[in-house]
Amino acid sequence: MSELLQFLLSGVTVGAVYALVALGFTIIYNASDVVNFAQGEFVMLGGMITVMAYTAGAPLPLAALVAIVATAALGVAMNKLAIEPARGAPVVSLVIITIGVSIFIRGVAQLVFGKQIHTFPAFSGDDPLHILGATILPQSLWVIGGAVAVFVGLWAFFTRTLLGRAVLATSNNRLAAQLVGINTPFVMTLSFALSAGIGALAGVLVTPITMTSYDVGLAFALKGFAAAMLGGMGNPKGALVGGFLLGVLEGLTAGYISSQYKDAAAFIVILGVLFFLPQGLFGRKSTDRV
Amino acid sequence: MEYDEVVAIIGGTTTGTTMSNLAVAEDAEIPFISLAGAIDIIDPVKPFTFKTPHTDRMACQKIFKDMQKAGITKIDMISGTDGFGAPMQAQCKAVAPDYAIEILTDEIYDPKDADMTAQLTRVKGTEGVQAILNSGFGRGPSIVTRNVKQLALDLPFYQSHGVASDGFIELAGADAAEGVRLPGTALLVADLLAADDPQKPVVDAYKAMFEEKTGTPVGTFGGYAHDAFLIMTDAITRAGSAEPAAIRDAIEATSGLAGTTGVYTFTAEDHLGLDLTAFRMLEIQGGKWTLVE
Repeated sequence: MSELLQFLLSGVTVGAVYALVALGFTIIYNASDVVNFAQGEFVMLGGMITVMAYTAGAPLPLAALVAIVATAALGVAMNKLAIEPARGAPVVSLVIITIGVSIFIRGVAQLVFGKQIHTFPAFSGDDPLHILGATILPQSLWVIGGAVAVFVGLWAFFTRTLLGRAVLATSNNRLAAQLVGINTPFVMTLSFALSAGIGALAGVLVTPITMTSYDVGLAFALKGFAAAMLGGMGNPKGALVGGFLLGVLEGLTAGYISSQYKDAAAFIVILGVLFFLPQGLFGRKSTDRV
Repeated sequence: MEYDEVVAIIGGTTTGTTMSNLAVAEDAEIPFISLAGAIDIIDPVKPFTFKTPHTDRMACQKIFKDMQKAGITKIDMISGTDGFGAPMQAQCKAVAPDYAIEILTDEIYDPKDADMTAQLTRVKGTEGVQAILNSGFGRGPSIVTRNVKQLALDLPFYQSHGVASDGFIELAGADAAEGVRLPGTALLVADLLAADDPQKPVVDAYKAMFEEKTGTPVGTFGGYAHDAFLIMTDAITRAGSAEPAAIRDAIEATSGLAGTTGVYTFTAEDHLGLDLTAFRMLEIQGGKWTLVE
């Protein structure tokens, strides 16, 4: 019993990381149908800039804030310099541009931050909490709490605010959105700032668990992307459920079958789900008029 | 090589480049000192090929010897799937029977994983495990170390030479790393060496020179090249000639030459020249490295 609980808690810890990264994908996707493969780099920058500010003497909350604001600014710059000039291009070209941006950021990070692995102290200490014979680190609760808070925020943003609906409208039909008075360039800028900020927040929360270095972004992006696809790209609920589902699957496979099949089992389930539900578990059904 | 009238080669920092260099050097009958890790480079022995780095197998042997001394016979092995962890896992499994050590559970993790408590919970649930051995490089071993503490697995815990640096203690946290043992080279614990240690002068000199010139801490890899150069110049001096065949014979006759990695003694059957004394068994105590022997 305590073994099962430990496998679940291990899965939830990992899953919360995936969920937080997956949530970052949703906003840009909702605004432009572009899957932003530089999302993992935002996570890396969140952790890395926090490390730098913290070692330079800033208190941890301030260092985290600096990292989130700086990364959000970088997201805006990415939109202005790389995405906006190619506005008329098909979605596939834009996705390829985001891959280019991710390689660029990784290269610069390697020069600026070096190749060392870094970390900073967990927010509430390293003493594990005991639950019915299983253990979880307090930092995992921070990550889980962060994922849930971002989810609630995004859900409210997209369904309860005019601005959130403007983002969805821009995605649906940019020309029509402009015609009803939505400032679509501003919506795009905003979506990049928010996505980058959420990515950086993820980086701040997970770094005490996973540690960080200039090249962690790709791994985050791949697993977060897989989680977002499983849950349904663009839906915050899908990102949350997909992330936790993927983590728990990995934990249970590593525990009960073998750690050798951990990743394979997770991807087989994703393939299975996408075979029957190509939009993911909670994806919106798209109907095109022909 | 013909155009430049090369008489000897030092190089091949990876096993791949060494393997392609090796064929050329052997054909041209030119002595070649490789800086790469794999045991296949010198096993079987090729007449003109030598190497300076110790092998994964030696690290496994050093660890198992220490376990044997502590009366440990049943262990768990947890390894990263990266280019460092996987070959070492294979070497350790191959030499474990020589030391009467049985690997009860053989777990792996991806070097990018965020949490290894699932694998370690399996270890916890396995009857009779007396020690844990983790082979890996980078972030993975630090996370494993923290998870071992999180699960309160109160067992002797061995890491590999892949994390023999101060960075490891910092990342895992001095608290979680307390009591961790691993094999490391003399170069990394230069301050701890006894005054009469044969490697002390060369290690100190190289460390001082390197750190003054580059401003960065010494690493094991630079030491391999330093040692190769030392062996080569020593051999050429003793041969009194720059003929490839004479240099080769002089390298093979090298005896008791102290380098940063270990004390080299080559023979016709041994083109690595190091024994297990090249590794020092280290233990982390109070956030600092200490020598076990």
